[in-house]
Amino acid sequence: MSEIAFAMTGGRVTLDGRPVLAGVDLTVREGEVVAVMGTNGSGKSTLVRALLGLRPLSGGSTLLYGVPPARFRHWWRIGYVPQRLAIGGGVPATVREVVASGRVARRRRLSRFRPEDREAVTRALAAVGLSDRAGDSAQALSGGQQQRVLIARALAGEPDTYVMDEPTAGVDAETQRLLADTLAGLVAAGKTIVLVAHELGPLEPLITRGVVVREGRIVHDGPPPQPEGECARPGHEHVHPHAEATAGPLLGWQGER
Amino acid sequence: MIDLSLLDKQFFQLALVAALLVGLCAPAVGTFIVQRKLALLGAGIGHVALTGVALGFLTGTAPVLTAVAVAVAGAVAIEVVRARGRTSGDVALALLFYGGIAGGVMLMGIAPGGSNAKLNSYLFGAIASVTTEDIWVIGGLAVLVLGVVAVFGRELFVLCQDEEIAKASGLPVRFLSMLIAVTAALTVVIAMRVVGLLLVSALMVIPVATSQQLTRGFRTTMLLAMLFGTVAAVGGLLASTASTRVPPGAAIVLLALAGFVLSLGVGRFIRRGRYQESNVSEAGKMRVEEVT
Repeated sequence: MSEIAFAMTGGRVTLDGRPVLAGVDLTVREGEVVAVMGTNGSGKSTLVRALLGLRPLSGGSTLLYGVPPARFRHWWRIGYVPQRLAIGGGVPATVREVVASGRVARRRRLSRFRPEDREAVTRALAAVGLSDRAGDSAQALSGGQQQRVLIARALAGEPDTYVMDEPTAGVDAETQRLLADTLAGLVAAGKTIVLVAHELGPLEPLITRGVVVREGRIVHDGPPPQPEGECARPGHEHVHPHAEATAGPLLGWQGER
Repeated sequence: MIDLSLLDKQFFQLALVAALLVGLCAPAVGTFIVQRKLALLGAGIGHVALTGVALGFLTGTAPVLTAVAVAVAGAVAIEVVRARGRTSGDVALALLFYGGIAGGVMLMGIAPGGSNAKLNSYLFGAIASVTTEDIWVIGGLAVLVLGVVAVFGRELFVLCQDEEIAKASGLPVRFLSMLIAVTAALTVVIAMRVVGLLLVSALMVIPVATSQQLTRGFRTTMLLAMLFGTVAAVGGLLASTASTRVPPGAAIVLLALAGFVLSLGVGRFIRRGRYQESNVSEAGKMRVEEVT
């Protein structure tokens, strides 16, 4: 009996009079790992934001765990990873402050930061390999590291469902592999993941379902599409997360050299 | 020189308390406002509040109270325009600001007992004329402002960082946006008597800009800004005792600005130190990896 995390029927979004989503039906069950793919401007990013109610629908409807976003109350079940870290007016925030803010949906207004909150933040920082940067200004980090901060922010909230907007875009290979490892852990724990991606790279073996968006419509929904062109050439090697996990710097330490 | 014998005088003690409260409150709210890219919000509300002050003179009510009412109404209006996000938003804001100033000058002109001297004392501050009654109002507002920061600070941090994340965390985004605008309005009224409506937002912005040159975290930026704000407000007030020709409001703002210029240099020095430090640790890590 798996619950339905997202259910959109006939979803339409219009931006400045231009239709960005033109009638989308999409149902995501608990435990699915869905990649929403498409070219730039296809509407894939708008689709996941509309699933969360961040973009109002001009037609159709969408449900979050069976409830319209405006009436949804269990936001701690959702972990949203935006495309990039907002800099805002330039007031610095430490990596730990940003990651700790991921607990906000789980806490009451006047409650103190409890030990379990602190532990969740520490675990999240360790998961993305940023424990030693916790006291640094998040804005001073590289793009890939900032992406990790945002992922740690979502991890800290310990949600059931992750929605990630292009977590692999503009990120170095090391961060991509680290992300794949982190996601593998979430998948093993039965979490639901919806992620927007231009190409899957090392995430490919984790994806259970591919949704391809073109001009605001879903044109493919099923097994993840096979790589085409350059990536499909014989001899092109994908780096798989599990190969990486056993070949880390701890190899010698474990006496397996 | 600075005249410390004034410390015995009641008007000066009241002025000191007012300066202290402004120095604490304005940068605390200012940290959120600067992060939200609304640095000029305080200035805008200040313009609108002038109409409130004049309304007080016209109706014979305490100007501080009418200023609170009109400033809050103005802040709500500004927030509504901002949330709509129309391209004409900044024109709408400009209209509101000019309306506030013109309305204030007009009402002050026709009010019985209104004069240019009174107008000036609100535009540029008149900290020496703060009354015991003023202090009660300012003190009450200060408790309210610092209370909002203490209770809602965590949520306001998320909101000012990224509004979409705030929404996706289930935070009451509309309520929090309104809360920060109204809190800014209350701060404007607190600061009005000390530095004047035209310089109000200086104390909300400059200490924050100074502090963020030196810090890495949000909380430390806010606390340091509150320290800088207090030092500037009290320091400016003391400096103004040197001569009756030194206006305290302007002295406070110029002192804050001098601190900002100083922090630019110090900040560059600190960042260079950190850069070298992180380079050394990166290089160290590489070496460890080479060995293994």
